[in-house]
Amino acid sequence: MNGIHDMGGMHGMGAIEHEDREPVFHAPWEARVLALNLAMGAWHKWNIDATRHAIELIPASEYLRMSYYERWIARLVSLSLQAGLVSRAEVESGSPDAGSAKRSPALAPSAVQPMLGRGAPANRDVAVAASFKAGDKVRARNIHPIGHTRLPRYARGRLGTIARDHGVYVFPDSRAHFLGENPQHLYSVRFAARELWGEAASPRDSTYLDLWDDYLERA
Amino acid sequence: MATRDREQRHGTGEDHGHDHAQQEVPSDIALRVKALESLLIEKGLVDPAALDAIIDMYEHKVGPRNGARVVARAWSDPAYKKRLMADASAAIAEFGYTGRQGEHMVVVENTPRLHNLVVCTLCSCYPWTVLGLPPVWYKSAPYRSRAVIDPRGVLRELGLELGEDVEVRVWDSTSEMRYLVLPERPAGSEGMDEAALAELVTRDAMIGVAKLTLGKRGDRP
Repeated sequence: MNGIHDMGGMHGMGAIEHEDREPVFHAPWEARVLALNLAMGAWHKWNIDATRHAIELIPASEYLRMSYYERWIARLVSLSLQAGLVSRAEVESGSPDAGSAKRSPALAPSAVQPMLGRGAPANRDVAVAASFKAGDKVRARNIHPIGHTRLPRYARGRLGTIARDHGVYVFPDSRAHFLGENPQHLYSVRFAARELWGEAASPRDSTYLDLWDDYLERA
Repeated sequence: MATRDREQRHGTGEDHGHDHAQQEVPSDIALRVKALESLLIEKGLVDPAALDAIIDMYEHKVGPRNGARVVARAWSDPAYKKRLMADASAAIAEFGYTGRQGEHMVVVENTPRLHNLVVCTLCSCYPWTVLGLPPVWYKSAPYRSRAVIDPRGVLRELGLELGEDVEVRVWDSTSEMRYLVLPERPAGSEGMDEAALAELVTRDAMIGVAKLTLGKRGDRP
């Protein structure tokens, strides 16, 4: 979707504010929000692409007003509602609905390290033909899907070169909507800075994006 | 109001500009999070001890010291560096740094002629296993919006001026591949062992927004 999250190349966002000796969390509640998101993910009711899309669905004016972890609260609530893990009334009242069943088992403390150490690899060991190989000239498709995509607007329609084939990976545009993994080749694609940003950019510079087969066409 | 001020204000529950004031009254947001956590505990959906374990992991165990050890070994051991550049995930796993937000690693090497910079314009993708959780500025709109259109300006703003003869490559983390910059080894570090070298390596240099020098921490960590 052409949302505010897709902000590569925008102006007007202000100066970069680098904080010296920045703490991992700026308040205890931020740490709880991070942990709640990770622990709730262990129910496997959603996937990483769905979590990203849930943040993209926050209205643009809200997205810009919220801090990072506030977005994570909004996302956790929306995903939990969507998955039926909580009800709207429960979120509003803060108490379980009368007669609602207690779930089990929640992620145990002893399962935390194994879960985080394992992660959730996105590569898939399936035979899928690659449409491109290193050195091929490609054009990023000029597409504007209303759902989740990892093809930023600034690259759409632009010419690039395949730098490397990473192999076969889950396609976020499908998985974010629980439409299956649709695994396909993922490539590192080099775009010259001048192709993306015009003659004012340095002739030496470039940006590399990781793009799936379905985002690309032969140029 | 600048982004970080806003983050900090929310972060501390402090609305009146006293940056380091001790929080006495919990902010609305802290109360809201508390209520949500209580609900999820009551429903059996989370175990608070597991939440504590997750927080402990990212506050104390996983952070940029991991990446610094990887970099120091790459500087010290040519065979390791070769493995790291060929298959970063496997070479980093030799240290036991595996898992969430580091499942698929790529290392890009800075040289006097080539400078690599990492961003995630679409969200906040960052190599947690080697750098920990991302700093606020990395997740902020100013960095995400400008790193691709004006990388040299961004670097200048962060204190790093690059010559026109240096090539700049920006890595926009649009997939599950996670990028770690292998910074240039600072001049004068020739006699140092791996442990001492790791002390020189900063988070910012491994994102690609700083260079390393002896005696001056590039990133004010």
